[in-house]
Amino acid sequence: MSGEGERRPSEAAPPVRQPLNERGGPRMGGNVAIPMERSKDFKGSMGRLVSQLGSERPKLLLVLALALVSVGCAVVGPKLLGRATDLVIAGVESARSGGPGVDFRGFAVLLAALVALYSTSALFQFAQGYILTGLVQRTVARMRGDVEAKLNRLPLKYVDGQPRGDLLSRVTNDIDNLAQTLQQSLSQLLTSSLTVLGVLGMMLSISPLLALVAVLTVPLSMVALRGIARRSKPRFVAQWRHTGELNAQVEEAFTGHAIVKAFGRQRETEERFRKMNDELYAASFGAQVISGTVMPAMMFLGNVGFVAIAVVGGLRVATGHISIGDVQAFIQYSRQFTQPITQVASMFNTLQSGVASAERVFELLDAQDQKPDEADAMNDSAPRGRVAFEHVSFSYAPEKRLIADLSLVAEPGQTVAIVGPTGAGKTTLVNLLMRFYELDGGTITLDGRNIAAMPRGALRANVGMVLQDTWLFGGTIWDNIAYGNPLATAEQVRSAARAAYVDRFVHAFPKGYETVIDEEAGNLSAGEKQLITIARAFVADRTILVLDEATSSVDTRTEVLVQSAMAALRKDRTSFVIAHRLSTIRDAHVILVMQDGAIVEQGNHRELLARGGAYAALYNSQFAGAIASVA
Amino acid sequence: MTLLQLLRTYLAPYGRALLAVLALQIVQATAALYLPSLNAQIIDRGIATNDQAFIWSTGALMLVVTLLQGAFAVSAMYFGSRVSMGFGRDVRSAIFHTVTDFSAREMAVFGAPSLITRITNDVQQVQMLVLMTCTLLVAAPITAVGGVVMALQQDRVLSWILVVSVPALAVSMGLVISKMIPLFRRLQARIDALSRVLREQIVGIRVVRAFVREPNETERFDGVNVEVTGAALGAGRLMAAMFPLVGGILNLSSVAVLWIGGHRIQAGALSLGSLVAFLVYLVQILMAVMMATFIAVLAPRASVCADRIQEVLRTPSSVAAPTHPVREVHGRASLELRRVEFRYPGAESPVLSDISFTSRAGQTTAIIGSTGAGKSTLLGLVPRLLDVTSGSVLVDGVDVRQLDPDLLRGRLGLVPQQPYLFSGTVGSNLRYGKPDATDDELWEALEIAQAKDFVSAMQGGLDAKIEQGGVNVSGGQRQRLAIARALVRKPEMYLFDDSFSALDLATDARLRAALKPHTRKSTVLVVAQRVSTIIDADQILVLDDGQVMGKGTHAELLASCPTYVEIVASQQGQEGAAA
Repeated sequence: MSGEGERRPSEAAPPVRQPLNERGGPRMGGNVAIPMERSKDFKGSMGRLVSQLGSERPKLLLVLALALVSVGCAVVGPKLLGRATDLVIAGVESARSGGPGVDFRGFAVLLAALVALYSTSALFQFAQGYILTGLVQRTVARMRGDVEAKLNRLPLKYVDGQPRGDLLSRVTNDIDNLAQTLQQSLSQLLTSSLTVLGVLGMMLSISPLLALVAVLTVPLSMVALRGIARRSKPRFVAQWRHTGELNAQVEEAFTGHAIVKAFGRQRETEERFRKMNDELYAASFGAQVISGTVMPAMMFLGNVGFVAIAVVGGLRVATGHISIGDVQAFIQYSRQFTQPITQVASMFNTLQSGVASAERVFELLDAQDQKPDEADAMNDSAPRGRVAFEHVSFSYAPEKRLIADLSLVAEPGQTVAIVGPTGAGKTTLVNLLMRFYELDGGTITLDGRNIAAMPRGALRANVGMVLQDTWLFGGTIWDNIAYGNPLATAEQVRSAARAAYVDRFVHAFPKGYETVIDEEAGNLSAGEKQLITIARAFVADRTILVLDEATSSVDTRTEVLVQSAMAALRKDRTSFVIAHRLSTIRDAHVILVMQDGAIVEQGNHRELLARGGAYAALYNSQFAGAIASVA
Repeated sequence: MTLLQLLRTYLAPYGRALLAVLALQIVQATAALYLPSLNAQIIDRGIATNDQAFIWSTGALMLVVTLLQGAFAVSAMYFGSRVSMGFGRDVRSAIFHTVTDFSAREMAVFGAPSLITRITNDVQQVQMLVLMTCTLLVAAPITAVGGVVMALQQDRVLSWILVVSVPALAVSMGLVISKMIPLFRRLQARIDALSRVLREQIVGIRVVRAFVREPNETERFDGVNVEVTGAALGAGRLMAAMFPLVGGILNLSSVAVLWIGGHRIQAGALSLGSLVAFLVYLVQILMAVMMATFIAVLAPRASVCADRIQEVLRTPSSVAAPTHPVREVHGRASLELRRVEFRYPGAESPVLSDISFTSRAGQTTAIIGSTGAGKSTLLGLVPRLLDVTSGSVLVDGVDVRQLDPDLLRGRLGLVPQQPYLFSGTVGSNLRYGKPDATDDELWEALEIAQAKDFVSAMQGGLDAKIEQGGVNVSGGQRQRLAIARALVRKPEMYLFDDSFSALDLATDARLRAALKPHTRKSTVLVVAQRVSTIIDADQILVLDDGQVMGKGTHAELLASCPTYVEIVASQQGQEGAAA
């Protein structure tokens, strides 16, 4: 209850929740499952994702080659180890029969070869990882850039039509998830599958029979893995669901803390929390225990394979088909064989979630762009600022017509005020004038030119705008004011700040204009933020001015001061002013009273009061009492 | 160390389970260490001489040991999970309880978002550490020590290799990871910065486009994007170095074992099986060392989280429940403030100072003043969302700090400045202060709050869904529902904190007219910005910078209080727009 300044503008967009919680909670490492979001078209999206890497094909091939060498070397290792063993055994046997003993020269050569192999493998593995990292990160950076560029081309209709949290989640969480998936899975997928192939090849070359024995344990472990996964998956899903629910409940209880206390609901709230907390405990406990059986099960199956190989291998050694060293190598291979398979299997979930994220990003990238700008027909001389709406009709949703056949003219230098109840379509007029939305019918002209034929940038460069929904970016106060005009001089910025009364409060901050506005701009009150946006419009110095509830959060005494500055600003400019407080628009040249998307009254203050219609009623309701007693 | 304290406190109830984990892990690790020697025997005696019977019997023994080891490992996991998940649950519970007791002051100090992170993410981190410790870390020293013992048994000379490779692995792992952690932290910070830029672009899309600053935004984005990519490259490349490094040390150690082992076998001091077994022990020991290093590096992160958790748990609520609460009062909730002062801890100037006034049942007291004047703080003193730092607040002559909190709050109806609604339905929100209210009562409240029309137009009426925070209704609708929520309670005292600001003036007027008969017998406190809202109040308090600038009726203040006159004048626009 301390921050009085944080009054939210009435019709502001819903607050954006912590993006992390948007989809199932914070990311967790280790064997805690990733939120099970399934892709719709796994193959297609996977292909498209991989094709994103396509522009780096030579490097991709290089990575493949490096991985081949690295895995190849690693795979040959055990075979050489086996040979070394054989050499030792032969030496021991020859010594026993009076021979020269172990051939240490040959042994040394073998071991040197092993060292060389292992070093090469490690080196190439590193090189492969190094290059792949670069490749993946560059690709992801490019995709991020694509998404950002897309944001600049998306029609506002699309942006407004999406839950904001969802859109944010796509451009942040989903891209991060995708980057992680690519980084982790790609390298592992590559080496794991190559290893499986290489090991299989080596096993076959030593003994097809033993290879068959080793391969037989694979389906066994697959069955076991699947059995465990089937049991653990619903529990992981439950764990994520309960985590999400608990987080939501915490968020609610903490954000609505004052209400919980004032309405004496602590006990109930704690009771509810306890229940959810217990549920989360039960779910995560179950998930953990069941997934904990994976390792022991794999170990058991691995040892079953070992015993089988030992039995069959013993027989083959006895019949002289293979050497002991080969059996030993084989035992190593059989262990190397199951591990990558398990890895690939467990990676599938990560991959699924990554591809699902990719899909959501592609969906955004595939959204239809706004209509491209027409080529600039003629570069304009300085605009005079005559704005005309001619038979304009528009609706946000096709079944609900908002504006039908609306016409109005603002002569250069005139102030046009628009009043009316919420939902009457006042802000829509701004959306149309700025071409945030395109008309359904009719035309809007600026100095006689149809704005639909003008490049959007050229049109907007004529308009300065202050919105009710104050938006400042994370930077200094100075930068935020200068945002209106990148070419503004320091003196221009300062005088704008003075005119908008920013200068007055800015010195209360230790760093003055260099005060950094944090993300939620918690260090500024809503009114102060609004003053900065007004200064921003001052700096922009445009022919046309749009003020949409520009001082709604400023307290009334400051407002009086700002109003006088705004009056100076409006001079010689065509201005559109939307206001709740009628006091601020009394001296407008034209006042339009809007209701249900139509203009119901039009005239100046005196005329409209005299008419005794909707405007007069509105005006009287605001000033009843106060006027009488002061006047 | 706060981490240890936190662990000691909240692991205490799980002492037995922890002992079980330890015992199970010892058995499990020992069994795992026994396996390689069976392995060696099979090679030495079974395969070398093709003793099939021996292979079968030893193989069977090996499988039994594996089964046993698996069973113990799973049991250890069972208890470990119980301990760690239980620990997480208990800590969450403790934090939640502490925070629920907090006053608005502590809430302001921490901030709701920070508290949410602490109870979710921070607890998660510490819980993860406990889980990893129970399932992996406990086994690591057992395996390492046992492995060394077994290795020594196989061959003493070979064991000297361990003296080199174990520290080599530990040091290089430690180096890589300690480099990696700041890199990952930097990466996370940059990803956050990137998300912020994108979020700003989406939220501010109208402004960006209106000022034609798309190229500027793209440039800003590109800058951060390059930074993120740079950090990700650094972290990724270090990651790419880790596996070859570990693998390299492992393999080179194996080759060293072979070379020395070969000579030992030649000398007749070692059997082939022992050599193979030794190789396996080597791998086991090095893996244990790797695991331990890994978790050891995780600990500092969890320690930071523990600090943040303890900070919450150790903060006492500045609003303590009375030890001997007054449970009975007589009167109709008349309110009196006596020389009230409120200041935040460490703040230079008080938010409120020297405020005194009385408001009786049936009276309306309005509080007006510019933002930051302390209006909401004053209102929060009544339901004890905050406690005065000096002076006193009395309801029916009893200091609110002496009253039973349930009794006190049961008599109040608060409509806060930010009308927060809970997820659920319209009905569940309206019943928040009176769970047993009938539908008729709800509709009556809605009618007074001018909310009947839009609620009946909503799909499901009283059963219409309300999303968390009430984001699916407009600000004005939210405000009216919050008013109705307070009305349902039929309280003896109403506290309206700027509750009419989001309403258009006509609705505001209708609502106040409907409210009047309903609050005739109640004490009403109204914080407002608009003069028109409070013009009929029995007394108006003009606040500026936490001090009372004037007190009286509208007419009296017009005559006596310059600040009030300024406020009124500013809202009339007589000088306003024309000046």
